Amino acid sequence: MKKSIPTLFKEGILTNNPVFVQLLGMCPTLATTTSVMNALGMGAAVIVVLAFSNLFISLLRKIIPGEVRIASYIVIISGFVTAVELIIKAYFPAIDAALGLFIPLIVVNCIILARAEAFASKNGPLPSFIDGIATGIGFTLALVCIAAVRELLGTGMLFAASDGTGGVPVFGDWFSPATIFLLPSGAFLTLGFLIACVQKIRNTAEERAQNKAIEMDAIDGGYHATLMRDPESGKIIRRTSYRAPEPVTDGEAPDAELLEDPEIPAAPAENDAKGAE
Amino acid sequence: MSNIFMIMFAAILTENFIFSRFYGCCPFLGVSDKPSTALGMGMAVTFVMTLSSAATWAVYNYLLVPFGLEYLKTIAFILLIATLVQFIEMFLRKFIPALYGALGIYLPLITTNCAVLGAALVNIEEGYSFIESVVFGFSAALGFTLAIVVFAGVRERLNFADPPKAFRGFPILLISASLAAMAFSGFSGMKF
Repeated sequence: MKKSIPTLFKEGILTNNPVFVQLLGMCPTLATTTSVMNALGMGAAVIVVLAFSNLFISLLRKIIPGEVRIASYIVIISGFVTAVELIIKAYFPAIDAALGLFIPLIVVNCIILARAEAFASKNGPLPSFIDGIATGIGFTLALVCIAAVRELLGTGMLFAASDGTGGVPVFGDWFSPATIFLLPSGAFLTLGFLIACVQKIRNTAEERAQNKAIEMDAIDGGYHATLMRDPESGKIIRRTSYRAPEPVTDGEAPDAELLEDPEIPAAPAENDAKGAE
Repeated sequence: MSNIFMIMFAAILTENFIFSRFYGCCPFLGVSDKPSTALGMGMAVTFVMTLSSAATWAVYNYLLVPFGLEYLKTIAFILLIATLVQFIEMFLRKFIPALYGALGIYLPLITTNCAVLGAALVNIEEGYSFIESVVFGFSAALGFTLAIVVFAGVRERLNFADPPKAFRGFPILLISASLAAMAFSGFSGMKF
């Protein structure tokens, strides 16, 4: 199951975004998004760690025994985290002061372990490296989105340095900053609303795909249409529930050709289950 | 003595691990769906965090500092915590089966709980003594338990709520957490 490079980037950044879709790595997402610059610093650190730990885990995937693989991954990851931590301490002391312990805590970030387990342990070094970069960019973009909302509403400025100086004022003097967005409750609130927006977009896209499949079935005369057709007006009813339409069997064997119709979308994943990581 | 009290008060309320420092948000959002599960998780975290605070303090001060290896603390701590969790699991299964039955399923999740590593690193950062480290680990875990148990109660009520479709699941959870965090920020005016 080889994936091309554009597919890897598309999955890492959009369709499988680690924060907005997979809901992983909530601790740094909430804690380091008080300003866009902090978010960029955190994102850059995660990109480096994710890319290199993916690369090395992929190179060692045939040597590491299955029983101790998680422990081995953690050692590899923490090696890179320590390297990144020392580099940031040496060259970017302001970012180090702002992010505090969240740089060493990248070790226990679920995103990195999840990519190691789900991708790097099954794929070659180059795809794993690219997957690390793509997922890291997806994480960074999500962080920057959240941080932009919080910084803009919380201070009225954007792109302030990590020590709080040199921001670009966006609003005029009339804007009185809502400090709550810089506080922990503002972090939860912003993330909640942004994930709701993402779910809305995904729901709309899924609904559209389902309606398309239903119309095609109706043209085929398949029995999916009977589920959807209004008995009085004969029009196709818009289906709005979460679940994908199930074929009605009525004791007979279902029509195999219809079930294999590629136009029928797979059942959308249950959103609630993903927070359990 | 007053110092110890201050550490406890700050760790449980004013600098609550979840609502103020954001350590351990993954289990907070993942496991806290029922008060009983949340309590089990909280107890397991309290157990591990108190022991790991003691163990990491000892390793840092008697092993890493004498050899000038302070920069290896992240690797050393995460390995120590992973080993400790494994050891606690074996010990409980053999000697205290009742406690193992209650906490066993949560223990493997704790290795990658950033609250445990976070507590160990905070102890070093703040330069706490051995007693202060153990007290901090224990009370930070109590604060964590308080947060997830309280929030599990809120979450049970959320099951009966009917939010708009886009807000179902995770978003409404985060917005409720935002309100809970607001309540905890009320304590921040009480800093000593």
